[in-house]
Amino acid sequence: MTTAKDKYQKVAYYPGCALEGTAHAYNRSTQQVGKALGLDLVEVKNWNCCGAMEVKNIDPKLQTYLSSRVMAIAASEMKMDVVMAPCNGCYHNLKKAEYDLAHDPASVEVVDRLSQKAGHATYQAGQVETIHALDWIMHGIGEAGLKQRLKGSLQGLKVANYYGCMYTRPRHIFPEKDKGPGTESTSKPHFMDDLLGAAGAVNVEFPLKTACCGGAHTLSDSDTSTKLVLNILRTAEAAGAEVIATECPTCHSGLEMHQVRAEKKFNQPTKVKILYFTQLLGLALGLSPRQVGVHENISDSLGFLREKGIA
Amino acid sequence: MKSLAEIERRLDALEAAASGSGTVAAAELVELGEAVLEHWVSAKGLAPTQETREGFRLLALHRQGCTDDPSFNACRETCRELAYHHNLVTSDPQHPATPQRLLMMAMVARHLFLFVTGKMQVAALGDFCCASRPIRQQAEPQEID
Repeated sequence: MTTAKDKYQKVAYYPGCALEGTAHAYNRSTQQVGKALGLDLVEVKNWNCCGAMEVKNIDPKLQTYLSSRVMAIAASEMKMDVVMAPCNGCYHNLKKAEYDLAHDPASVEVVDRLSQKAGHATYQAGQVETIHALDWIMHGIGEAGLKQRLKGSLQGLKVANYYGCMYTRPRHIFPEKDKGPGTESTSKPHFMDDLLGAAGAVNVEFPLKTACCGGAHTLSDSDTSTKLVLNILRTAEAAGAEVIATECPTCHSGLEMHQVRAEKKFNQPTKVKILYFTQLLGLALGLSPRQVGVHENISDSLGFLREKGIA
Repeated sequence: MKSLAEIERRLDALEAAASGSGTVAAAELVELGEAVLEHWVSAKGLAPTQETREGFRLLALHRQGCTDDPSFNACRETCRELAYHHNLVTSDPQHPATPQRLLMMAMVARHLFLFVTGKMQVAALGDFCCASRPIRQQAEPQEID
């Protein structure tokens, strides 16, 4: 029988557009962590936009098609069983497409028609399993496996783990979650806590793990986004965190940009650092700050990481 | 109904204090959360429910606020964290962590306030992310997830 550990050793990698732009540090650190852990990532050939937020809100069936094309390439052309998407938006959209294609005949019809027109195989629900980078490391390596591979430690670094909204919502598109021990929780997600804890971090009690950061409204309603982010930053600090660990490029960019804006516009400075969980894991695995793209973040965490003896 | 300005003033005060009688402060923070949700429900033209869910009117009001508006579900865990912290504080008010729990509770209540007031200004807050609603689609009742 194939276990998740075997299944996740080699997966199709769908970085998505954010990881080629603002979240390049997440892309770089995810790939480097994969190498350090001995996990293979094979990038999806000729991948396209998942339909993100814009297409989804204009024509949800077109979004279903766009996401299905990524899965179709992985399944039919690359013969892969698993697609790993580190971006919460991509992960959410592929899961949503999977759900729609398993439950909505109208979506199946549209996807089939557009796939034929585009000249590729139509994706059939269940052909691949879509996972997040957290699932990939948690199930492909696990906490014990991670501990065995550590070359450094996060040395008691106090971390607030921020998962954002799209990793767990809506619950019905994540049927594998909330299945008891060993599975992820939609109300209190913990995979990031578990992995960073295994790498030596101290996870603080952070009650806004999945709270809205106003992400998509960062340009249209900046003040609301800034206030929501500021409250997340202040709460993390009040919880004792030195770092907020992220696993979503939209959240990460929002936290970094609005941290600057909150200080400039509302005179509310905060000191908490914001790093991708893959950057923190990479450092604990002995990778250099440059290898995990610390220089690509908006805020400068290098001095802090050196001071803590982590970099 | 408490005005939004009044709610914000009390949140400021409770966050600054985060001490005193844990039980009283925890109850007030839940009430402030309810008052925030009453504004949202009233703005939708509904009478705020007096029912409770899992022992909390706050959770019943959240559920009512989600009717026809799945993106309002983006504050589900925020409401549940308020209820959770209320239970933590009231089950052992003398616990040494009570001031910290009250502080966290006040900040969670503030997040609910910011999300709801933000959504009252721009109804689409949350629509683009975890609970998208196609912009060409007529509003239709949807299952709360």
